[in-house]
Amino acid sequence: MMEIMEGSHAVAEAVKRCRPGVVSAYPITPQTHIVERLADFVADGEMESDYLTVDSEFSALSACVGASAAGSRVYSSTSSQGLILMAEVCFNASGMRLPIVMSIANRALGAPLSIWNDQQDSIAMRDSGWFQLYAEDVQELVDYHFLSYRVAEDHNILLPGFVCFDGFILSHTYEPVDIPDQETVDAYLPAFDPYQKLDANDPISMGMYATPDYYMEFRYELDRAMERAAGAIEDAGRAFGEHFGREYGSLAEAYRMDDADTALVAMGSICGTVKDAVDEMRDAGRKVGLLKLRSFRPFPKAEVARALDGVAAVAVLDKNISPGMAMKGAVGLEVRDALWKTGIDVYSYVIGLGGRDVRRKDIAAVADLAESGRGDMFYGLREELI
Amino acid sequence: MVDKSLELFECGHRACGGCGPALAARLILKGAGADSIVVASTGCMEVFSTPYPETAWKVPWIHSLFENASAVASGIEAALKRQGRTEKVLCICGDGATFDIGMLCISGAFERGHDITYICYDNEAYMNTGVQRSGATPYDASTTTSPAGKASFGNKRPKKDMPQILAAHGAPYVATASVAYPNDLMQKVERAVETPGPCYLQIHAPCSTGWGFEGGKTMEIGKLAIQTGLWVNFEMVDGEVVKAKKVVRKPVNEYLMAQKRFRHLFKPARNEEEIAKIQAIADANAEKYGIDIELKK
Repeated sequence: MMEIMEGSHAVAEAVKRCRPGVVSAYPITPQTHIVERLADFVADGEMESDYLTVDSEFSALSACVGASAAGSRVYSSTSSQGLILMAEVCFNASGMRLPIVMSIANRALGAPLSIWNDQQDSIAMRDSGWFQLYAEDVQELVDYHFLSYRVAEDHNILLPGFVCFDGFILSHTYEPVDIPDQETVDAYLPAFDPYQKLDANDPISMGMYATPDYYMEFRYELDRAMERAAGAIEDAGRAFGEHFGREYGSLAEAYRMDDADTALVAMGSICGTVKDAVDEMRDAGRKVGLLKLRSFRPFPKAEVARALDGVAAVAVLDKNISPGMAMKGAVGLEVRDALWKTGIDVYSYVIGLGGRDVRRKDIAAVADLAESGRGDMFYGLREELI
Repeated sequence: MVDKSLELFECGHRACGGCGPALAARLILKGAGADSIVVASTGCMEVFSTPYPETAWKVPWIHSLFENASAVASGIEAALKRQGRTEKVLCICGDGATFDIGMLCISGAFERGHDITYICYDNEAYMNTGVQRSGATPYDASTTTSPAGKASFGNKRPKKDMPQILAAHGAPYVATASVAYPNDLMQKVERAVETPGPCYLQIHAPCSTGWGFEGGKTMEIGKLAIQTGLWVNFEMVDGEVVKAKKVVRKPVNEYLMAQKRFRHLFKPARNEEEIAKIQAIADANAEKYGIDIELKK
């Protein structure tokens, strides 16, 4: 049934239906409405979870590590500084192959302090061994939670995952959304079946130390699992269609890409604006399309290469900056890698940092820049401040 | 009742000869029993007991990071409760992980009131990284980051009072113990794991390598710490000291002279002023905990 609901509350409804045994979180803007609503559910007896109100994001994810290792499904959510404070635990959780799912309300990193949106926080965790899905709208945001637990807990995968969504833009806006009923979710997402767990009846040691004779193979296996995750996300996305009627069978989604000469590539809520801009440009006779990335990790290299085959120029909208990297944006670099040796020009545009608004005309201007061969730059700077 | 025949910490690990922490691990598990889950911090014990693919632990054991054992234990305890399981959850962590880098997580876990037992094996410095000072290093001990020198007598600060800090969190049971008194140690572990709520145990665990004594003298050094009043074995229930081991105190120089970390107080010349300050620490301990046995005249 469609309801009008705030993005954060929709996430809380989804998490409730995922039946985590332990929720552990620490408040940070713009994630707070999620954890407040989950606290309400627990307080009202609507959710049978242990809810740990911990001392920091660092402890929040550490408690998730313990609870997951003990055999419970766990959930956390954070943003920005909170995610970076968790960084050490993030690498640890993936190294121990614990299938934790965490919602990331994407927010800029200080300094200067900013509570507003960009994707620097999760992009900075690129190499932490978590898969990363990016939602365009609240419906995808809800659905990705069910999908993520299914992928994470797959015994052939066993990786933690982020469900990333733009802070405020999705977390605090009301949209029509279908919140599936519990039975449908249960049918898609069975109870957690841990691959192994801490259990006095069958003692194991977890998180041991590895000498140079053993360490590399652990990292290799982690990378292999991430490669397999691409297929697992597709499978889970197709199965999602069978259960819920909305299909997510690909890691990248093309919008009006047939016969496109110029392709825009983006992740997250900006894709909605890009689609409107593409429609306007198409109406004006320009052959422009969008490739929306659902997954940044694993990066769908082959899919991107296939989807962009035949275009003349690619403009990647990067809501992040890697200072000192010639191309500037991290997503741009991945797309350029996917199109290596094809001769297709790929440019990165750092855009919308710290919550700066991105309008349809900005998207059109970026397409103009790509077509004129100018890129790997910030877009939308206030020149008078520089 | 403690089953002393229980061996849940296997021999064959990589600790130095005479390692106090290795002995502590063995005794802790005798006190806690097989129905336990251990959370370790990064440190000597983790490294010497779990070189992949070998492990010395015959109970479920997890190591996550240096500073988060108490938070990991919080999550385990919550999960066990949710699953209706009854295993006891123990943290076994070094003094660096406890006194310094883990304080945030420990404070949070104790404030939240998790049913966990946090045990610090206190060898009074960062031994795993090569004997650097921690908040648990005693006054005047020479370490690699508080070296004695022409302008230094070693560590400039007294040991942080962790038991009091955790008692102030409302911990129902807080105790100190020593590997040199195994029966007392095992009984305190048993009491801690059987007491609901967050309990804290701090175990004096002499380190022959870091402190500078022969590996065969671990028990002797441990006993001297107690006999001089530089370490007090006590129990606190609901914030009140209910028991402390009484001794006929020896002068502190007997303890200090037996360890290279205090050698600079005796060579090239005996430093009476600094030794007097350390004696004053022991005297204050004796008065605070009432450990002096009055000899009949």
